Amino acid sequence: MLDDSRRVIVEIKSVAKHYGEGDARVDALRNLDLKVHAGEVVALLGPSGSGKTTLLNIIGCIIDPSKGQVSLDGEMVYDNKWLRGDLRRLRLDKIGFIFQAHNLLPFLNATDNVALVLQLAGKTAAQAQARAVELLAYLEVGNRARAMPALLSGGEAQRVAIARALANSPRIILADEPTAALDSKRAGIVMDLLRKLAAEQEACIIAVTHDEKILDRFDRLFNLRDGRLEDIIGDAR
Amino acid sequence: MNLAFRDVRHNLFRFLLTCLGLGLLMTVVLAMMGIYNGLVADALNIVKAPQADLWVVEADTQGPFAEASQVPNATRDAVARLYGVTQAGSITYQTVEAPFEGATMRLYVIGYERGRLGGPQTITEGRGLQASHFEMVADSKTGLTPGETLMLGRNRFAVVGLVRDTMNSGGDPAVFLTLADAQVLQTQLAPPAARVQAARGGTAPGGATVAALIARLDPSVDPRSVAQTVRQWKHLSALTQAEQEDILIQSVVDKARKQIGLFLGILLTVSAVVIALIIYTMTMEKLKQIATLKLIGAPDRVIIGLIVQQSVALGAVGLTLGLGLILLVKDYFPRRVLLEPVNALALTGIILVVCVLASGLGVRAALKVDPATALGG
Repeated sequence: MLDDSRRVIVEIKSVAKHYGEGDARVDALRNLDLKVHAGEVVALLGPSGSGKTTLLNIIGCIIDPSKGQVSLDGEMVYDNKWLRGDLRRLRLDKIGFIFQAHNLLPFLNATDNVALVLQLAGKTAAQAQARAVELLAYLEVGNRARAMPALLSGGEAQRVAIARALANSPRIILADEPTAALDSKRAGIVMDLLRKLAAEQEACIIAVTHDEKILDRFDRLFNLRDGRLEDIIGDAR
Repeated sequence: MNLAFRDVRHNLFRFLLTCLGLGLLMTVVLAMMGIYNGLVADALNIVKAPQADLWVVEADTQGPFAEASQVPNATRDAVARLYGVTQAGSITYQTVEAPFEGATMRLYVIGYERGRLGGPQTITEGRGLQASHFEMVADSKTGLTPGETLMLGRNRFAVVGLVRDTMNSGGDPAVFLTLADAQVLQTQLAPPAARVQAARGGTAPGGATVAALIARLDPSVDPRSVAQTVRQWKHLSALTQAEQEDILIQSVVDKARKQIGLFLGILLTVSAVVIALIIYTMTMEKLKQIATLKLIGAPDRVIIGLIVQQSVALGAVGLTLGLGLILLVKDYFPRRVLLEPVNALALTGIILVVCVLASGLGVRAALKVDPATALGG
């Protein structure tokens, strides 16, 4: 069962998001409450338009909620307005993103894709390169460190993307369909890896997914429907 | 980590191809600048060549370059005796067409008195005129070489020397003849016409007039005061060297200069639009990557640097290619292409400004990109 004594990494309270006004108003999220603890791996499920991506974007400080409170890693960052001026720096320090299509920069090799976020965070080029090589080796793609993204297989590219997401040791990893481009075997490997990393780094992982093959790898499953967190399906483990 | 350099290296072939296109455009811009300069320089060269301080011309005319001017040759001695005049010479100018190796060559004939003002200043090959008749010194643009001969009117002239960059405002290369030969060429009729003239009892037009008299003055003398003295002779007018140059620029080459200047302006505008379009397209192709950069926390300066640095690199490489290309081909242009370092510097400044302004469009598009675009899959 879930151990609620663990530190809360993501906490959102009464968060709502609507687009448009009057007759054109669409409520994407309605008064959502959510807590995700350190080491937890949770999935956001739901049909298209249910608000999964909107929720992910709000946690990722990419879009503004219409109201509510958002707290990340113990820091209140939104209370009916953003409390931090530099949201990009906040993302750089606290959040790692994993994309459906890995989104590696095509003009940087695997190592440099990982090293870039480290340099953006202030590491020297040498420190960034060393840490990137170490991470790639840990994710078992060290032999592809100098390869350009176009020459990586889907699984290798996704591991490099994970290495990039983990580079600054973020406390929150947001993943958008992280296994959509992988076969079931590789999807399982990636999810096991994410679970391992979440446990080791005391980070939480929030993933949007439609991939039923990997649902057993999540600690909790949230079903979003019509902008509401309708149901906690349960602790899948 | 320089993202602009990495992106260029990743798409090197496409980048170089774009630079080549831009370089060709820069070649045309530089060629127009060179032609513009050449036009003015050629026009001034011909008037500066005699190294005169004063031009004595027919009354109420603007001198031999702007309109026809006839001055009695004998007046040269009177001018030479004016206070402050150290040297004086007679000079004629005319444009002729001469057959050479199956084609027609258009030449600007300058007649001068050997040992007096008006002759070629620097002989680059061969020697100056020594014989009284039938020798010529030609501009190298004629393609003639010392030892070759050329029919001018009814006489054959031997090329004895070459000069460079001496041509009229129309770009016709100059040849220097003795004054006597030039006057004969100017007035001699074709044999049938001469016979008709003789049958009518007329006399052949004589060689008693020249286009202008030129004088060099003592440095302590004000050319304007000497010119004023000459104007007291009612049949003559006088222009200082500066006035002669002004007339040439203002009235003779002004329209051509404006035409080329306007064309140059249009070319620069087209270049600016092309650069802006290239940079904008390059940025639009990278929007997803820019969204990813924003999402992973890259500050705006990193994104702006990526676009502006690529834009400036594109302009710099294009300009370098353009400069190299024009330096390679400029001597093959029919008119002189005169490039000064200041032209390259001015164009570098213009291209730099254009690149930075053009990248503004791309930067604007990049800064508006929603980082959520990267999450869209």
